[in-house]
Amino acid sequence: MTWFTYLLRLGDDALIMAQRLSEWVGRAPVLEEDMALANIALDQLGQARLLLSYAGEVEGAGRDEDALAYFRSDREFLNCQLVELPNGDFAQTIVKLLCFGVYQDLLYQRLAASADERLAAIAAKARKETAYHVDHARLWTLRLGDGTPESHRRMRQALEEVWPYTHELFEDDEVTDELAADGRAVRPGELRQPWRATVESLLREATLEPPTEDWAPTGGRRGIHTETLSYLLAQMQSVRRAYPTATRW
Amino acid sequence: MSEQGARIRKVVAAVPDPELPVLTIAELGILRGVEITDDGGVTITVTPTYSGCPALETIRRDVVDAARAAGAERVEVRTVLNPPWSTDWISEPARRKLRAAGIAPPGPAAGTAVALRLSVRCPRCGSVDTEQLSRFGPTACKALWRCHTCQEPFEHIKAF
Repeated sequence: MTWFTYLLRLGDDALIMAQRLSEWVGRAPVLEEDMALANIALDQLGQARLLLSYAGEVEGAGRDEDALAYFRSDREFLNCQLVELPNGDFAQTIVKLLCFGVYQDLLYQRLAASADERLAAIAAKARKETAYHVDHARLWTLRLGDGTPESHRRMRQALEEVWPYTHELFEDDEVTDELAADGRAVRPGELRQPWRATVESLLREATLEPPTEDWAPTGGRRGIHTETLSYLLAQMQSVRRAYPTATRW
Repeated sequence: MSEQGARIRKVVAAVPDPELPVLTIAELGILRGVEITDDGGVTITVTPTYSGCPALETIRRDVVDAARAAGAERVEVRTVLNPPWSTDWISEPARRKLRAAGIAPPGPAAGTAVALRLSVRCPRCGSVDTEQLSRFGPTACKALWRCHTCQEPFEHIKAF
């Protein structure tokens, strides 16, 4: 069950990230950004499909990627809380993309050497995509942080909102301990230092400081979420649940 | 190899990519193999460009249709991820076809220790006085550029 749980965590992160980013489609500040966020969402969705399909096979209960995405309730989702946070303004979306993107990129780099061949292949593929996502978030962070007084203020505010939710990304527990021991997974705690080094140097380059006043909400990996996830799932799942036996769309 | 086997391989390799129809799936490097067993079963192996590439479903259908039209009866399509697709697998003749279609081919994706940001050559007039308009384009594999010499916008396949 631990392996299934771990794959669900990875898949749910990507799925919920994809769903949130897609909310920007048709609403981004400029057309180019609309395409950028949609493309990043599509990469995340592709990763989610590979991971959830694998999770379903590992579980062996006949659930495929769609069953896992559309027919689980909020308490059964194991994504980190950071990805479910509302998009907020554009600055908040960019800060989310930066914080989560650097984490995901570091994680996939390590998982590309996983003892599990199938996960290693998914991670090696996905890593090429996340490198581009991080680069996109980096350019916007520089532009907005070192931009106008208003864009700088918005970025600072976004950092205050998002930063507390980054701590959960690096929590070890019995699932990651067990799987790291046989080389299949990575202890999240090992990613904290490289993550901080990358994100903080980038923030400083953008004339921003990492927040110091902090709290650390947690629970996503055990199915405890913020209220916003339920609304997101309601929107994502309602059509599929209304027509559960439909085979053509 | 039987005559029919050779024909099946040929028609599968000739299937056009749905989003880059100037290239075949073989030229793009996403067709990884066509195996034909003695009892006539055909296994076609493909790899996605990007994890979420929506064209993959269409490609899977198209190769099955092509193989069946060439006489195959049992066709199976496998998707592999390893090694991950790279734009370095796009052949030189394929790059010429892209340029002829107004799409700037990718630069080298691997092997450079330092990330070099070279300018992209305009596929229409050959000028290197170009600028990136958008880091993302109409498909996952492309970005949008503009040429300052001939003033034309063009698509560029990102090195990946």
